Amino acid sequence: MSQSGDALVKLEGVYKHFPIKQGIFFKKEVGRVHAVDGVDLEVRRGETLGIVGESGCGKSTLARCITGLHPITKGRILFEGQDIGRSPGKAFRRDVQMIFQDPYGSLNPRRRVGSIIGDPFDIHGTASGAERKRRVQELMELVGLNPEHFNRFPAEFSGGQRQRIGVARALALKPKLIVCDEPVSALDVSIQAQVINLLKDLQDELGLTYIFIAHDLSVVRYVSNRVAVMYLGKIAEGAEGEELYERPRHPYTNALLSAASVADPDAAEKRERIVLIGDVPSPIKPPSGCRFHPRCPKAQETCVGEVPVLIARAGDPADHVTACHFPVEAGEHLAREQAAIEQLSTEPTLPSA
Amino acid sequence: MSLLEVHDLKVSFDTSDGVVKAVRGVSFSVDRGQTLGIVGESGSGKSVSTQTLLGLTGGARIEGRALFEGQDLLTMSEDHLRRIRGKEIAMIFQDPLSSLHPLYKVGRQIVEMIRQHEPEVTKQQARKRAVELLGMVGIPQPDQRVDDYPHQFSGGMRQRAMIAMALSLNPKLIVADEPTTALDATVQAQILDLMLRLQREFDSALIMITHDLGVIADLADNVLVMYGGKPVEQADRRSLYYRPHHPYTKGLLESIPGSSGAKDRLKPIPGQPPSLINPPTGCTFHPRCPYIMDRCVTDEPQLRPVLDADGGTNPNHRSACWLPIEAIGLKPEAEGIRQEAVAVGRTTATNITTQGAEAQ
Ligand SMILES: Nc1ncnc2c1ncn2[C@@H]1O[C@H](COP(=O)(O)OP(=O)(O)OP(=O)(O)O)[C@@H](O)[C@H]1O
Ligand SMILES: Nc1ncnc2c1ncn2[C@@H]1O[C@H](COP(=O)(O)OP(=O)(O)O)[C@@H](O)[C@H]1O
Ligand code: SF4
Ligand code: SF4
Ligand SMILES: [Mg+2]
Ligand SMILES: [Mg+2]
Repeated sequence: MSQSGDALVKLEGVYKHFPIKQGIFFKKEVGRVHAVDGVDLEVRRGETLGIVGESGCGKSTLARCITGLHPITKGRILFEGQDIGRSPGKAFRRDVQMIFQDPYGSLNPRRRVGSIIGDPFDIHGTASGAERKRRVQELMELVGLNPEHFNRFPAEFSGGQRQRIGVARALALKPKLIVCDEPVSALDVSIQAQVINLLKDLQDELGLTYIFIAHDLSVVRYVSNRVAVMYLGKIAEGAEGEELYERPRHPYTNALLSAASVADPDAAEKRERIVLIGDVPSPIKPPSGCRFHPRCPKAQETCVGEVPVLIARAGDPADHVTACHFPVEAGEHLAREQAAIEQLSTEPTLPSA
Repeated sequence: MSLLEVHDLKVSFDTSDGVVKAVRGVSFSVDRGQTLGIVGESGSGKSVSTQTLLGLTGGARIEGRALFEGQDLLTMSEDHLRRIRGKEIAMIFQDPLSSLHPLYKVGRQIVEMIRQHEPEVTKQQARKRAVELLGMVGIPQPDQRVDDYPHQFSGGMRQRAMIAMALSLNPKLIVADEPTTALDATVQAQILDLMLRLQREFDSALIMITHDLGVIADLADNVLVMYGGKPVEQADRRSLYYRPHHPYTKGLLESIPGSSGAKDRLKPIPGQPPSLINPPTGCTFHPRCPYIMDRCVTDEPQLRPVLDADGGTNPNHRSACWLPIEAIGLKPEAEGIRQEAVAVGRTTATNITTQGAEAQ
């Protein structure tokens, strides 16, 4: 996104394509999933960078590239100025950890919690025996789990507690960066708040840097210093959090924001929802020009032919970047334009019952 | 009389761990053209209370009455209930894959649904109706997509197909159980808009189940909040969001990010949901309640009318909590009462807070 600040991680033109192969003996490549398709991004030390976007737009793939779980197809990822290359070293594997969405699926049900949390010590050979147990119990305490529950199985914990186990495991090696992929999406709202508070406290205490992926915009707003909006493998818009939420310029960001639910009947009734037509198109053949054009209420000829670049637009602060030929101006009502288009195209007629 | 009236419904399951008291006395009603929201965290009994009405909780022990157009769903014959299910009352589940058969084309499933209840309709007519319905719920090129298998649809499309199926027989009551929980906000917005539009069009009654008060803020006419198998608060939408009485409702509203000012620390509800095998004594919420008083541990509060905006009691806004009926709203009135409550229940409160802290 922008150049200022102390960059912990820097992505330069990062691509991740998954080949689609067919044939029995000689596997022939018949297409590619453009999961991440040219991303420039910077994460500053000590901050939380939020990444939002609809399902399938490449958030998890990007996260896995940054943590070294996926080798990238093209581009560079710099961690503390060092190119992590195709096979990241041991120090990098210690410094960068990940927390996953599913607190049920990501823990082995047949292993005791203590040994799950202590795994990283074994893998990196940093502690064993009584020392290992002591450090695991410290971690459990740190994330608000009862250290006496060391010998319990994951099934004996609630969803929120299981997510704490995931957090403890991620913290074991004192990482610098934690990539959180939908860490609270599977949790009830009341438990979500417990885990979010925990992540914030740990950040303050341990000086952690977070990349926080979620599709819930209000959660991302709450935790993030800066936010990047992803659409079909590319960054559509990026800015400091409040700036993005108060003055969104990309039509997609506007649509996402208008779709977010609000627990306030008056506000909910007054809001003009921009109901996007259809789903995210296939990342195998992304639309030409601006990838958002088939669903965009502002699309024009230019958008079909020319890829918009991600730059600061007139009147915006330098680190507010938007990839759109016709950014949304203050006071513009996208919802109304959309309504007109929708009625022309897909508004179905109700059958007589 | 309302379209559906549920009186004092109790449902429990025998399990190897003991008797799970999933629903412990719930009453509600809903009319055509109306939406009732049922809110609560997972395990609070939302799904069980509605599935029981349709005979979908096999092996359960059931008490109470559920009058649908005057007839008790809980005592009628399996045959009779089967005729009502789908035709008069339709259900939309959280995971559409669980209710769409993976091996049959989407269109065929809608056709069979229609013909099962309306044998006089021909296959061609039913297919035509399936295409119309798919178009109506916003599936592009419905005449082609009607021959797709469920796995060829995206999550949002499957959910829309489920809605099409639910509407195929023009039911009087639709029960939607977390219909958008697994979906993106944009798709959620599409689906909620769609459901509201169709409900108005067909004038059906809608019961919308969710764990997120944000989802139904502009949708529900009335809201029922459940906790540990019991109703804790019941009100019209505006009273519930702007003048909540029960500490659990307040907790739910306050734990939503952004509800308490931009960057204030979030206020989670401490602790964990209650055991339904050995539910807490007195008020089920007491181990997690910041306002706890002595009597909360021993005496069980019942729903009673609380204070109305214009000073009288409001018979349609009821809360099951021992706090005075004036303890309305999130802030600031509640703060004074909170001090008082904490002072009254100091001994109990300290014990319980330590337990709560360990549990969270
Ligand atoms: N191993 C893989 N092989 C082929 N395609 C893949 C692979 N992993 C991901 N994809 C595809 O890449 C695209 C981006 O997927 P990704 O999981 O990054 O999305 P996401 O933004 O995290 O979505 P969600 O919000 O649903 O988690 C999708 O179209 C997905 O199907
Ligand atoms: N068939 C069953 N056997 C035993 N327990 C059940 C059964 N179905 C549901 N329960 C239990 O009943 C309680 C309420 O469940 P449910 O109504 O599904 O909650 P929710 O409010 O999340 O929809 C839970 O504790 C659940 O585990
Ligand atoms: S470039 Fe065109 S299609 Fe893309 S978001 Fe902007 S206005 Fe819409
Ligand atoms: S104040 Fe007492 S009765 Fe009311 S919710 Fe709290 S514990 Fe229950
Ligand atoms: Mg993902
Ligand atoms: Mg449920």
